[in-house]
Amino acid sequence: MITVLILIPLIGAIALFVGRPANARTIALTFNALAAFYALMLWQKFDVDLAALQLVERHVWIPSIGAEYLVGIDGLSLLLVLLTSLIFPFAFLAQKMDRGFSALMLVMQSALYGTFTAQNFILWFLFYEMSLVPAFLLIKIWGGENRDRAATKFFLYTFLGSVAMLLGFLGIYFARGTFDFAQLVDLAKSGNGLLSGKIAWFAFAGIFLGLAVKVPLFPFHTWLPDAYEAAPIGVSMVLTGVLSKMGVYGFIRLLLPLFPNEIKIVGPWLLGLAVCSIVFASLAAWAQTDLKRMVAYLSINHLGYCMLGLFAISARAASGATAPESTSSLIDMHAALSGVFMQIFNHGITAAALFYYVGLLEQRRGLRGIDDFGGLMQRTPLLCGWMSVAMFSSLGLPGLNGFIGEFLIFKSSFAVAASFTAVAVLGLLFTAIVFLRAMQSLFSGPLAQSCNALVDLTRSEKFVVVPVTLLMFAIGLAPQFLFHIFNTTVITMAGLFS
Amino acid sequence: MNPWIVTNLWLIPAIPLAASLSILSFNNARRKTAAAIAIVGQIVALTMSILAFLPTLSAPGFRAGHNFIWFTFGEQALRLGWVLDPLTAAMLLMITFVSLCIFVFSIGYMAADKNFTRFFAYLSFFSAAMLGVVIANSLLLLFVCWELVGLASYLLIGFWIHKPSAAAAAKKAFITTRIGDLGFFLGLVWLYHGSGTLLFYDGGRGCLENAALLALGGSATSIALLIFCGAVGKSGQFPLHVWLPDAMEGPTPVSALIHAATMVAAGVFLVARVYPIFSLGAINDVTPSLTVVVWIGVVTGLMAALIAATQSDIKRILAYSTVSQLGLMMVSLGVGGVAAGIMHLLAHGFFKALLFLGSGSVIHGCHDEQDIRKMGGLRRLMPVTFITYAIGMMALSGVPLFFCGAWTKEEILHATSHWPKSQAPHYLIMLGVVLTAAYMTRQMIYVFFGNPRAASEHAHESPPVMTRPLVALGFCTIFLGVVLTPAWPWLHDYLNGETARFDLTRLIQPMLFVSLALVIAGIGLGVLMYRRVALQDRHRNVELDPLESAQPFLFRFLENKMWLDELYEESFILWSRTAARLSDWMDHYVWDGLVRGFGSLGQLFGIFTKGVDERAINAGVDESVGGARGLGRLMSAAHSGQIQTYLGAVAIGMVALLILYAWLA
Repeated sequence: MITVLILIPLIGAIALFVGRPANARTIALTFNALAAFYALMLWQKFDVDLAALQLVERHVWIPSIGAEYLVGIDGLSLLLVLLTSLIFPFAFLAQKMDRGFSALMLVMQSALYGTFTAQNFILWFLFYEMSLVPAFLLIKIWGGENRDRAATKFFLYTFLGSVAMLLGFLGIYFARGTFDFAQLVDLAKSGNGLLSGKIAWFAFAGIFLGLAVKVPLFPFHTWLPDAYEAAPIGVSMVLTGVLSKMGVYGFIRLLLPLFPNEIKIVGPWLLGLAVCSIVFASLAAWAQTDLKRMVAYLSINHLGYCMLGLFAISARAASGATAPESTSSLIDMHAALSGVFMQIFNHGITAAALFYYVGLLEQRRGLRGIDDFGGLMQRTPLLCGWMSVAMFSSLGLPGLNGFIGEFLIFKSSFAVAASFTAVAVLGLLFTAIVFLRAMQSLFSGPLAQSCNALVDLTRSEKFVVVPVTLLMFAIGLAPQFLFHIFNTTVITMAGLFS
Repeated sequence: MNPWIVTNLWLIPAIPLAASLSILSFNNARRKTAAAIAIVGQIVALTMSILAFLPTLSAPGFRAGHNFIWFTFGEQALRLGWVLDPLTAAMLLMITFVSLCIFVFSIGYMAADKNFTRFFAYLSFFSAAMLGVVIANSLLLLFVCWELVGLASYLLIGFWIHKPSAAAAAKKAFITTRIGDLGFFLGLVWLYHGSGTLLFYDGGRGCLENAALLALGGSATSIALLIFCGAVGKSGQFPLHVWLPDAMEGPTPVSALIHAATMVAAGVFLVARVYPIFSLGAINDVTPSLTVVVWIGVVTGLMAALIAATQSDIKRILAYSTVSQLGLMMVSLGVGGVAAGIMHLLAHGFFKALLFLGSGSVIHGCHDEQDIRKMGGLRRLMPVTFITYAIGMMALSGVPLFFCGAWTKEEILHATSHWPKSQAPHYLIMLGVVLTAAYMTRQMIYVFFGNPRAASEHAHESPPVMTRPLVALGFCTIFLGVVLTPAWPWLHDYLNGETARFDLTRLIQPMLFVSLALVIAGIGLGVLMYRRVALQDRHRNVELDPLESAQPFLFRFLENKMWLDELYEESFILWSRTAARLSDWMDHYVWDGLVRGFGSLGQLFGIFTKGVDERAINAGVDESVGGARGLGRLMSAAHSGQIQTYLGAVAIGMVALLILYAWLA
C-alpha cells in the first residue's frame, strides 16, 4: 500500500520525460491528484483506534547492516502523509514550472512520503537525504537573487547536520545492533537505557544537531531565511509546509523516546532554545522588509512552539511526578503531543498559504518588499481579504486553525515550565505586530502609483485559495476530525515518554 | 428540562454571524438587501434575547446552560458551553437593543459610503462576537469570542482604510488590547492547569464553583490579576487606555458600538463573570486582586475625566468620558458592588450610545466638522438631536430622579463608602462625578448654545432614520431610571438573585443629596466657566478656552493626554523596535557569523591541504603526484564553490569520529 504511495510521484517524474514538455504541470498535477486520492484511501483504511503500526510492509534488504525495508503508519505518519499530499498540489498551482522543476518536485514528494512512513533508520535516512538533493537543485537552478550562496548554505548546513546524525546512529548501531525504530524504543525503555556513559552523549549530540538544524532550532536557523528567500515560491511552500516538519518528526520519533535521560538533564537548556526561537525569530521578522524573509522568520517562530511543547513534556517526565500529580501530568502530556501535532499540520497549511500569497503579489508587481505596495485594499480587495485570513490564522486568532495547537502547547508547557511559557507568549505579541504592520503597509493608505494596474484574484487563483481557507476555518471551528487521526497515537506515545 | 431557549441560546450570536457572512458574499450594489439582512438578524437576536430574559424572571438566581464537547485530546474532552443567568440575560438585552438602534442609525449615517454593504457585515460580526462573549459558559469560549471582538473592532476602526490615520488607529487598538490579552491567555492556561476545567458552571465541577475554587487556593490572586490584564486592555483602563480615543477614527456608529454595547463592556463583564476568582478568600470583601481593580479604576476614572475636560473634538470628549465611566465601573466591582457596576454598565450602554449617535448626528449636520469650538447654536437648528443629547448628557452627569445614570452612580458611591480598606476611592470618585458634570456642561454650551459659528451656520436636522434611534434610546434612558430606583431596586436584586420589594423610604437617602450636590456643583462649575462662550458673537471661532487662559500648562498637559502616547513611543515601542533590529543584527553577524567562521576554518583547512600537497607530497615520488595534485586542485577550488572543501573536511571528520567511537566503545 504505502510503497505504491511512495512510487506514484516517482513514476510521475519519469512520465514527465515521456510526455510533452508543455504538459509538464498537467502531468505533475495528475500524479499529485493520484497521490492525494491514494493518501485519502490510506486514511480510510487506517484504523484510528489501533495503537500499533498499520499497513506494515517488511522486506529483507541488506541484512548485513541491519537495513530492512520497513514502512508503516501510525497517526502521526498519516497526518504528515496527508499534509504532504495537500501541500504539493498547492505548490504546483502556485507557479509556472518546466519539466525539470516538476520532476525534482515529484522526487522530493516521494522522498517525503518515504521519510514519514519508514520505520527503520537506514531507510528513513535514505529518504531523508533524498529530499535534500532536489531541494538543493531547485534553489540552485530556479532560485532568485543570491541563489548560489543560499543553496550552498542550505545544502552544507543540513548535510553536516545529517552527517552528525548518521554518526550518532552508527554509534547506536555498534552498541545495540539494530536500526529498527520500534526495537530501539523498546531498548531505551528497558532498565539500562539505550546507551550509557560518554557514548550516549555523543550519539545524543549528533542526532540532536542533525534534527535541530533541520527544524530549525535557534541558533542553528540562519540557513533558513536565505534559503526560503532565494527559493522559487513553490519550493518555499514545500520547504516550510512539509520539509520543516521532518525535523519535528525526527524529534518526536527518535530523539525524545531514545534519549529520555539525556533530555531530562539538558531539558531547561532546550526549553531556553525553544523560547529563543520563538522570541528572537518573531522579533527578527519584525525587522524584515522583504515579505518572503518575514514569513520565513515567522516559520522559525511557529516551529519554536512545537519545540516548546516537546521539550516541556520531556521535562515533565523528568520531574518524577508523584501519584496524585500523575493524572494531571498525563493530561498535560496528551495536550502537548496533540498540540504539537496540530501545530505541525496547521503551520504547514498556513505558512504555505502565506508564501502563496506573497508569490501572487510578487508575480503582479515584480517586487516583494513591504514598502513596494500601498493601498491594495482599494485595488484588489479580494486578494487582501483572503490573504488577511491566512495572516490572522498565523497570528493565532481563535476561530482559525492556528489557535488550537498553540493553546494546547501553552496549556501543557505552562504546567511544567511556567516562566519559560510566560516569556514565550511574547512571541504571540510580536507575531501580531509583524502581521498588522504588514497589513497596514500593504493594504491601507492611499493607493500607490505602482499598484494601479494590479489585478485582483483570478478565477484559477480563487480555485486554490477558497478550499485552503475553508480548511483553515474547518480546523479552527471543528478540529475533532484531525484529533481523531492521531488521538490513539498520542496516548501510546505519552505512555512511551512517561 | 431546560426551556427551549436555553438549549438554543447559541442562536443569538449565530444569527447575526450568519447575517454577516451572507452580506459579505454580496457585491457593493445590493445596499438595501445588506442593511435589511443585518437589521433583521439583529431583530431576531433581540426577540430571542427577550425570550431568554423571561425564564430568568421565573426564579431569583436562575441559572441554566448547555455544555458540549469541542474536541478530545488524549483521554480528556475539552468542553465548551453557554449559560443563561441574570447577568447574561441583562447583557443580551442591552447589546441587542443598542446594536439595533445603531444599525438603523447607520443606514442614514453611512448612506454615501461606497463600502456600505461591507460596513453592515462588519457591524453584524461585531455584535455576534460580543453576544458570544456574554453567553459563554467557558473561559476558553469567552476568550475565543473576546478575540473575535478584537478582530471586529480592528476591521471597523480601520474601516476607512484609505486614511492612514484610521489604519494606524486600528493597528494600535489591536496590538494594545493584545498586550492585555497575553495576560488573559496566561491566566486562562493557569486556571486550566489549576482547576482542570475551563467551564464556569458544570453542576458543581465548574471553575467558578466551590470545589475547583478551593483547589486553586493561593494561585487565585495571580490568576485573577492575569485575567484582569485582559479586561484592562479591552475596557481601556490605565495604562492600556491609549487605543480608545484613537479608535474615534472609525465611523461614528462604530464608536457608538465600541463605547456602548460591545468592546469596552467586555472587560467589565469579564471581571463580573469570573468574580468568584477575584473574591476567593475575601475578608470583608477585600482581596489583593480586588484592591488592584479598585485603584486601577480610580486612576483611570480621574485621569480620563481630567483629560476629557480639555479636549475639543466632540467624539474624543465622549471617548474619554467612556474611559472614565469604565474606571467607575471597575471601582464598583472592586469594592464588592458587582450589581452596581453591571447596572452602571447597562445604563451606560444606553446613554453613551445615545450620546455617540447624537454626536454623529451633529457631525453629519455640521458637514463632518468635529471641533466643538466651531459649532454653536445647534439648539435651534437641530432640536431633536438637542433634546435627546441633553437627556444623554443629564444621564451621564447623574442628574437625579429621571435619568438612569444617576441611580447607578448613587449605588456606586454607596458601595465605595462601605469599602473597609480606605475611604480615598470614595472621595476621588466624587471628584470624578463633579468633573463629569462640568465637562459635559462645557460640551453642551459649545455645541448647542450661543450663536452658530463657522461650521454650524448651515447645519440641518438629520433625517428620521437617524433621529428615531436617538428618540428610542432617549426613552430607554429615562425608562431605565424607573427600574433602577432604590425605591424598587428591581435590576439590582435581579442581578443579585433576590426578589425586589417596593419601599418608597429608600428613595430618600443621604447619598441622594450628596450626589445631587455633586451634580449641581459640576454643572454650576461648567456654566460659570463657559457662560462667556455662549454669549460670544458669531464667527469668532478661535478663542482661548477659559481653562487654558487660567492654567496654560495644566491645560496643555491634559490636552495632550499627559503625553502618554509620546512616552510609550519613546520607551516601550522604541525598546521593542530596537530589540527587533538587534535580533536581525545578531542573526546576520553573530549566529550566521559563527557559521561563516566555521566555513572559513574549512577553507583554511583546504588551503593547508593544498599546501601539504604541493610542498610535502609533491617533493616525493612523481607518479603519486598526479592524483595528489588533482586533489589539491580540487581543494583550491574552495574559493568559488565551497562544497568540495567541506566534503573533504566532512569525510576526514567522519573517519576521525569513527575512530573515536571505536576507542570509546
